[in-house]
Amino acid sequence: MNIEIKNGRVIDPKNGVDRKATLYIVDGKIAGLGDAPAGFSADKTVDAAGCVVCPGLIDLGARLNSIEAELAAAVAGGVTSVVVPPDADPPLDEPELADRLVHRGAEIGKARVLPLGALTLGLQGERLAELAGLKKAGCVAFSQANRTVVDTEALLRAMEYAATFGFAIWLQPQDHWLSRNGIAHEGEVSSRLGLAGIPVAAETIAVGTIVQLVRDTGCRVHLTRLSSAAGVALIQRAQHEGLPVTFDIGVHHLLLTENDIGYFNPHARFSPPLRAQGDRQALSTAAAAGLAPICSDHTPVGADDKLLPFGEAKPGATGLEVLLPLTLKWAEEAKVTLPDALARITSAPAKVLGLASGELGVGAVADICIFDPEATWQLTPEALKSRGKNSPWIGYMLTGKVKSTLVGGRVVFEA
Amino acid sequence: MHNPQLNKDGELTHLLSIEGLPQRILTQILDTAASFMEVSARDVKKVPLLRGKSVFNLFFENSTRTRTTFEIAAKRLSADVINLDINKSSTAKGETLLDTIDNLVAMHANLFVVRHASSGAPYLIAEHLQRIGRDDVHVVNAGDGRHAHPTQGLLDMYTIRHYKKDFTQLRVAIVGDILHSRVARSDIHALTTLGVPEVRAIGPETLLPKHLDKLGVHVFHDMNEGLKDVDVVIMLRLQNERMTGALLPSAGEYFRHYGLTPQKLALAKPDAIVMHPGPMNRGIEIHSAVADGPQAVILPQVTFGIAVRMAVMSIVAGN
Amino acid sequence: MSSHPEVLPDAEAQCRQLAELIRPNLSKKPALVGIYSGGAWIAERLRELLDLPEEIGLIDVSFYRDDFAEKGLHPQCKPTVIPFEVEGRHLILVDDVLYTGRTTRAAINELFDYGRPASIELAVLADRGGRELPVAATYGAWAVELNDNQNLVLAKQDDGRLVWRMEHA
Repeated sequence: MNIEIKNGRVIDPKNGVDRKATLYIVDGKIAGLGDAPAGFSADKTVDAAGCVVCPGLIDLGARLNSIEAELAAAVAGGVTSVVVPPDADPPLDEPELADRLVHRGAEIGKARVLPLGALTLGLQGERLAELAGLKKAGCVAFSQANRTVVDTEALLRAMEYAATFGFAIWLQPQDHWLSRNGIAHEGEVSSRLGLAGIPVAAETIAVGTIVQLVRDTGCRVHLTRLSSAAGVALIQRAQHEGLPVTFDIGVHHLLLTENDIGYFNPHARFSPPLRAQGDRQALSTAAAAGLAPICSDHTPVGADDKLLPFGEAKPGATGLEVLLPLTLKWAEEAKVTLPDALARITSAPAKVLGLASGELGVGAVADICIFDPEATWQLTPEALKSRGKNSPWIGYMLTGKVKSTLVGGRVVFEA
Repeated sequence: MHNPQLNKDGELTHLLSIEGLPQRILTQILDTAASFMEVSARDVKKVPLLRGKSVFNLFFENSTRTRTTFEIAAKRLSADVINLDINKSSTAKGETLLDTIDNLVAMHANLFVVRHASSGAPYLIAEHLQRIGRDDVHVVNAGDGRHAHPTQGLLDMYTIRHYKKDFTQLRVAIVGDILHSRVARSDIHALTTLGVPEVRAIGPETLLPKHLDKLGVHVFHDMNEGLKDVDVVIMLRLQNERMTGALLPSAGEYFRHYGLTPQKLALAKPDAIVMHPGPMNRGIEIHSAVADGPQAVILPQVTFGIAVRMAVMSIVAGN
Repeated sequence: MSSHPEVLPDAEAQCRQLAELIRPNLSKKPALVGIYSGGAWIAERLRELLDLPEEIGLIDVSFYRDDFAEKGLHPQCKPTVIPFEVEGRHLILVDDVLYTGRTTRAAINELFDYGRPASIELAVLADRGGRELPVAATYGAWAVELNDNQNLVLAKQDDGRLVWRMEHA
């Protein structure tokens, strides 16, 4: 099928493109920009007047509790590839489970599903899962989601083993002992509200340990959902040293701080916790400088799991359908250009994954997001396709609305 | 951000925390409590104010002592009092906190007195009542997690005002496990709101929350320094479970450094008063000679507590 | 009955008038109880004028009002202080303005929680009619007719003199 997308502002951050032009798609791949490929005749024309045409978003963290609804939510949010952490029920620690997930995703045919295999059996942090088998079943890397490997020796062995095969490990840096009882950033707000604190040291100690093990093993490590200025600084130092360490930032951590807990708002409970203003600023600066991709850390949680006192509520927020508008909101506040902002949710995550997607160059897969950057909409539970209606932004007006999403040249969402 | 304790006219409709309440409301509660002290001294210790109203004591965490003071206060206001021991009943059957509230609202509850192990639980209830449009049902926080114990804070203020009259000339020391203490947080907010110029927190670093200075508190680690020339000493209870972890080495070492002995009390002003929210651990945070001594006002605190709770319930129930 | 007065009478003179009305009945050794705040000032005047040795009682009916459900608790309530034994005493309840009778009802209820008095009489400076309960003043200095939107208020000046003020709703 030949598709032309006309009248849109095409932004392809990876290739430095930002101009009004027609995008041509042939057989699920980008076939041309501006100039139609030889002999092109359109089977379908999409009018993108007033809209931005960019690569489909790649989300480095989205939990798919009810896979059909969440994959529909993904494409409604312009997300064409989702990295799924292994902390499902049951945890993704067997090749058959990964295989089933990948197939189910393909069958649904919306966003591409990129599972992270469990690094250890049951995510218990003790015995290694069958990494090679999981890889063969389609896992893109291995992770503990937001659980910790308490036993440092187990972590060292896991990294040695992964390095053997050249696999990447994704870890959320959080020291078990310093975070196990905490429910909020240890700071002014936790002191005031009497919430058990998680000190910044919980993150820096874990980053320090992991970085040292990277130095020793050469294992490629991606650190997920950084929350503190000190944690980011440690990673930057490791990167300057030339160690194969990358990191990402959850979009909520770019916009919110411990103060947003207000009067115990359970929607402001995150893991890792929202931290102080200085931390948010450092994360924002790092993202603005292109040091880290931004992800949604999509965590759909049932209403009953949030209608609880702060410390009993489940952490996390729905994210797939707000990743784009919240990234735009951050970009506006941080004075980041639109192409740079889009790079953080397209080409930058693609680079972490080593994927060829996340761009609109000729020959690339036609994973495309078309959105109106000016359209405003109110975030209501009804407006969300995700089963998770949990968001600190419920009731807010958001700017940036997806009009159409294509995966492999197929239109999978139209507003 | 809207303060969920106040109605649209700025009147107190729930008491959830001292934080965020204007001095005017604290003073109103203390003045009203003074009137109830008068009532408590009569033969008939009852007024008809809450006649026909139902007060539910919802204690998700056991505390016979606090529950009793609320029960007496509600009964002296002529309310019907229903005590629910939630530990044993509904939550075990999987009912959520808000299910319980909905059920009791359907039984025409007028006021909930809530004690809960999680910080912020009474806020959840107050917000829920607002969501379901029941602004005629009120919540009084009887202690939530480490967050707040506002009626204890208020009765402490009543006690201080009773003995010291003017808040604006005082030096007040709070001693002990401030990190885990909802009483300490409520006292700190009340003292600073009422204009006490110097609030001190005394304890080892393991028992002090971070950023106490942001709450307007001066931190001391040495009790001998911290007690110097204070007018009021508020001792906090040290829970037994604090001894078993890494917070403190032993009861004995704690008492040597932070236990209030007659020798240490002598560093305070000669007319300093000693308060304690109870129940006391004699020989751990306080020496018996101090607890039973002439400067202790621990039993008057209990008496004032009833009048203060009557004042709080009658004010919120009327707004 | 004076109707819709242009000039308000002298409240101090009315206190003296009220004292003379009470004087013939002092043989029962009545105790005075003033209702905050106007009634309390008047009771204090009466005590001086009648040369009574005993301290007066002060009563704040906030805890006994029947409009709690609509209006809530009065933001400035004062402690009720009854410095004498109520049981078996003859009491004179003193108020500034008698209107619906509801305050009087509340005050009587409260007094009974102190004991069973031998009798209660009511002395008021002004009776503006408009009763909603079967209450009548035993002693009244001034019967006055007012519009519903008029509110007669007794005030104490800086020099201690009691004066009437008219407020309009």
